[in-house]
Amino acid sequence: MDMKVAKKKLGLKEKYRLMTRDLGWEPSYRTKDEVFPYVKYEGIKVHDWDKWEDPFRLTMDAYWKYQAEKERKFYAIIDAHAQNNGHLNITDGRYLSALKVFLQAISPGEYAAHKGFSRVGREFPGVGTQVACQMQAIDEIRHAQTQIHALSNYNKYYNGFHAFADARDRMWYNTVARSFFDDAMSAGPFEFMIAIGFSFEYVLTNLLFVPFMSGAAYNGDMATVTFGFSAQSDEARHMTLGLECIKFMLEQDPDNLPIVQGWLDKWFWRGFRVLGLVSTMMDYMLPKRVMSWREAWEIYGVENGGALFKDLARYGIRPPKGWDDAEKSIDHMSHQFMLGLYQWSFGTSLHSWIPSDEDMDWLSAKYPTTFDKYYRPRWDHIRKLAAEGKQFKNFGLAKLCQTCQLPVVFTEPDDPTMSCHRETSYKGEKYHFCSDGCQHVFENEPEKYVQAWLPMPALFREFEGDVGAWMDWVSLRDGQDNGDYVGSIDQRNFEQWRGLATSNT
Amino acid sequence: MQIDLRTVSIQPLRNTFDHLARRFGDKPASRYQEGSYDIQAAENLHYKPTWDPDQDLYDTKITKIVMKDWYALKDPRQFYYSTYTLARARQQDTTEANFAFVESRGLADMLPPALRDTALNVLVPLRHAAWGANQNNTLICGYGYGAVFTQPCIYHAMDNLGIAQYLSRLGLLLGDTEALDAGKAAWLDDPVWQALRRYVEDTLVLRDPFEAFVAQNVALDGLLYPLVYGRIVDDFLSAQGASAVAMLTQFMTDWFDETKKWVDAVLKVAAAESDDNRAVLQDWIAAWSARAASALLPVAEIALGANADAAVGEELAGFRARIQKTGITI
Repeated sequence: MDMKVAKKKLGLKEKYRLMTRDLGWEPSYRTKDEVFPYVKYEGIKVHDWDKWEDPFRLTMDAYWKYQAEKERKFYAIIDAHAQNNGHLNITDGRYLSALKVFLQAISPGEYAAHKGFSRVGREFPGVGTQVACQMQAIDEIRHAQTQIHALSNYNKYYNGFHAFADARDRMWYNTVARSFFDDAMSAGPFEFMIAIGFSFEYVLTNLLFVPFMSGAAYNGDMATVTFGFSAQSDEARHMTLGLECIKFMLEQDPDNLPIVQGWLDKWFWRGFRVLGLVSTMMDYMLPKRVMSWREAWEIYGVENGGALFKDLARYGIRPPKGWDDAEKSIDHMSHQFMLGLYQWSFGTSLHSWIPSDEDMDWLSAKYPTTFDKYYRPRWDHIRKLAAEGKQFKNFGLAKLCQTCQLPVVFTEPDDPTMSCHRETSYKGEKYHFCSDGCQHVFENEPEKYVQAWLPMPALFREFEGDVGAWMDWVSLRDGQDNGDYVGSIDQRNFEQWRGLATSNT
Repeated sequence: MQIDLRTVSIQPLRNTFDHLARRFGDKPASRYQEGSYDIQAAENLHYKPTWDPDQDLYDTKITKIVMKDWYALKDPRQFYYSTYTLARARQQDTTEANFAFVESRGLADMLPPALRDTALNVLVPLRHAAWGANQNNTLICGYGYGAVFTQPCIYHAMDNLGIAQYLSRLGLLLGDTEALDAGKAAWLDDPVWQALRRYVEDTLVLRDPFEAFVAQNVALDGLLYPLVYGRIVDDFLSAQGASAVAMLTQFMTDWFDETKKWVDAVLKVAAAESDDNRAVLQDWIAAWSARAASALLPVAEIALGANADAAVGEELAGFRARIQKTGITI
C-alpha cells in the first residue's frame, strides 16, 4: 500500500471554493438574463462575481451539526421553562408588553426576512453570494419559529399574544414593521441586501437585538434570553454577510456609490423609525432596566455606527442623511411613543401604564435635559386625570405618516415644543409625513408609497368608525388585551399566581 | 411504582393561538403547527414588487395550480427547522463515519480502477445537477405561497447543496481535484451530459413555483435518484466489489426515500383539490419525466452500457406506478 499517492493538501479557502462556487457554471442553453432576470434593473454594475469574498465558510455538514447542537439546548430549556411555570420568574407582569410587541411585530419580520433571503439566494448570479443568502434564509425561519415557540407558553397564561397572526396584518402599530419588511421585499435584490442585510442586520441589529435580549436576561425571562443566546452566532454570520455585500457593491464599480448611498440614507431612516418601539421598551416597559435608550444609542449607534461609517468612508460613503435628526430625537422619542401608546391604549393588544414616581425619577436622571421639562408635566396631568377616575384617551384619528406609518407624534428636531408635520402633494393627493426623512423617502419613490395600506383611514372606510367592529376584526378582546396594565387581567393573574408560587397563602 | 412530583398548578387561560384554534380546534398545538401555519403575511400587502409590478408580494396567481387553502399541502414529516436539523445532523454523523471508514481503511485505493472511473464519471458531474436542484428549491421557497408548502423547499435546497458537497468530497477522495475538473468539463462539453444540462437549464428559467417543483423534485429527481444511487451504485457497482462507493452515497439513498414521502403528499393533495389541478400536474409530469428519462439514458450508459435502455425503462415504469398512487395518471 506504500504506492498510495498523497492527496493534494487543499487550503480552507480552496476547499470551500470547490464545495460552493465551483458547483455553478455559465449556462449555454439559456441566457444568463433568462436565469437571473432581476439582477440588472436597479442599475448596480457587477463585473466579476468571483471577487465576492465569502463572509464565512460553512459547509452543510458542519451547519447541520452546529445548528442541531444549538437546537437541542434551546428546546430543552424552553421545555423546562414551560414545565416549571418559568413565566412566574419574570420581574413583573409589565414586562410582558415588550414580548407582545416582539411577537406581533418582530417575529413576522423574521419570517419576511426568510422569504426575502430565499428570493435573493436565487436571484444573484454568484454562487458564493447565493449560498450565503440561502444560509441566512434558513436561519431566519429558525428565528421566526424559535421565537413563536419561546413565547407560546406565555400565550397560554397572558392576554395580547393570542392573535399575533391577525395583528400582523391588521393592527395599526404593526403596519410600521410590516410596511418596513414589505418595502424591502418589493425592492430589487441589491436594495434588499442593503435594507435587511446591511442596514437592519448590521447597523441597527445591535439596537434591537441586544436591548431585547439583555432586557429578557435582566427581567428573568429564561425563554427569550435562551432564544437570544441561541441566535447570537447566526446573527454574527448575518452581520458579516451584510458588510461583505456593501463592500462588494462598492468595489465592483464607482457608479454604484450614489445608488448605494441613496439606499443607505433611506434604510437608515426607515430602520430608525421602526426602532422607536425599542426605545419605549427600554425606557418604559422593562421593570428592571438594562440601560436607557440614550445610553444604548451612544454605544451601538454613535460608537459602533460611527466606526463603521469611518471604515466605509474610503469608498466615498458618508453617514446616512438622517443621522443628525436621529441624534436630535434620541432624548425625546421613547417618551413621545409611550405617551402615544398610552393615549391610544384602548386600541393596542398590549398594556401601557403611567410611570411610577420611581420610574419618573429614573427617567429624569437619564434624560436630564428633556424629561422634567417636557414629559413629566404630561404624565403628571395624565396621572391627575386617572386619580379622578378618568383615563386619558385619545379617540381622535391619529394622522399617520405615509412612509413609516407611525402616528405623527414627533416634534421638530430643533424645537421640542413644536409638533413636526410635513406634507406633499402628488398627482392631486395630499400625503402626510412625520419627518423630513420620511418625506424624502416618499419623494424618491412616490409611485411605491402611494400604494401603502394605511390602517386608520381603512378603519373609517370599512367600519365607519365603529371601534367595536374594528376590535373584532383585529381580534382584540376589549377589556382583556388592551388598556392600562393597572387593573388588567394580566396584572391580577400574574400577582395571584406569583403569590401561589412564592408564599403559603 | 409511580412517583409524582408536586408542582404549583395553575390553570392556563387558553390552549393555543387564535389562528391555530380556528384551524385545528381549541387544543394545544404542536410545534410544527405553531411554526408553520399562517406565519406568512396574508393581507394588506403594502407595495407591488418593483421587480415585477404585475405580481403581489405573496401571490397565489403566479402558478397554474389553484388551492383554496395553500396550507393544505402538509409535510407528512412535519419538519420545522428543529426537527429538520436534528434529522440531518444524525445522517451527517453516519455519513462522516462512512467517509472515515473508507478513508482509514484505504478502501478507495483498493477499488478496481475501471470501477472507480465509472463511479467518478457518473457521480461527479451530478454535483452540478444538484446545484441546479438547489436553485429550483430556493426559488420555490422564495416565491411559493404559504409556509407549509415552502419551508420544506428551503430544507430541500440546503439538502441539495449538501448532496453537491458530498459528491465533491467523493470526487476528491476517489480522484482528487482532477476528478472535479474532469467532471465539470464533462458537464459542460461531453455529449453524454448535454441533454441533462439542457434539462436543468430549462428548469432554471421556470417562474411558476409549482412547475419548478414538478420538473425538479417530481420528475428529474424521481428518476435520477433510484437510477443512479439505487441501480448503478447500490446494485451494479456494489455487485462488482465497489461497495465503498455505496457507503459514500448512503446519504443520497436514505434522503430520497425520506423526501419522496413529502413530494408524494404534496402531489396527492394538489391533485385531489380539483380536476383542473390534476390535469395540469398530469401534463407537467408527463412532459418533464419523458425528457428526464431520455436525458438520463446516456448517463446510465456510462455504467450499464447496452443494459441502460432497459434499466431506464424499468425506472420509468416504477416512477409511473409511484405517481399513479398520488391520483395522477401519466
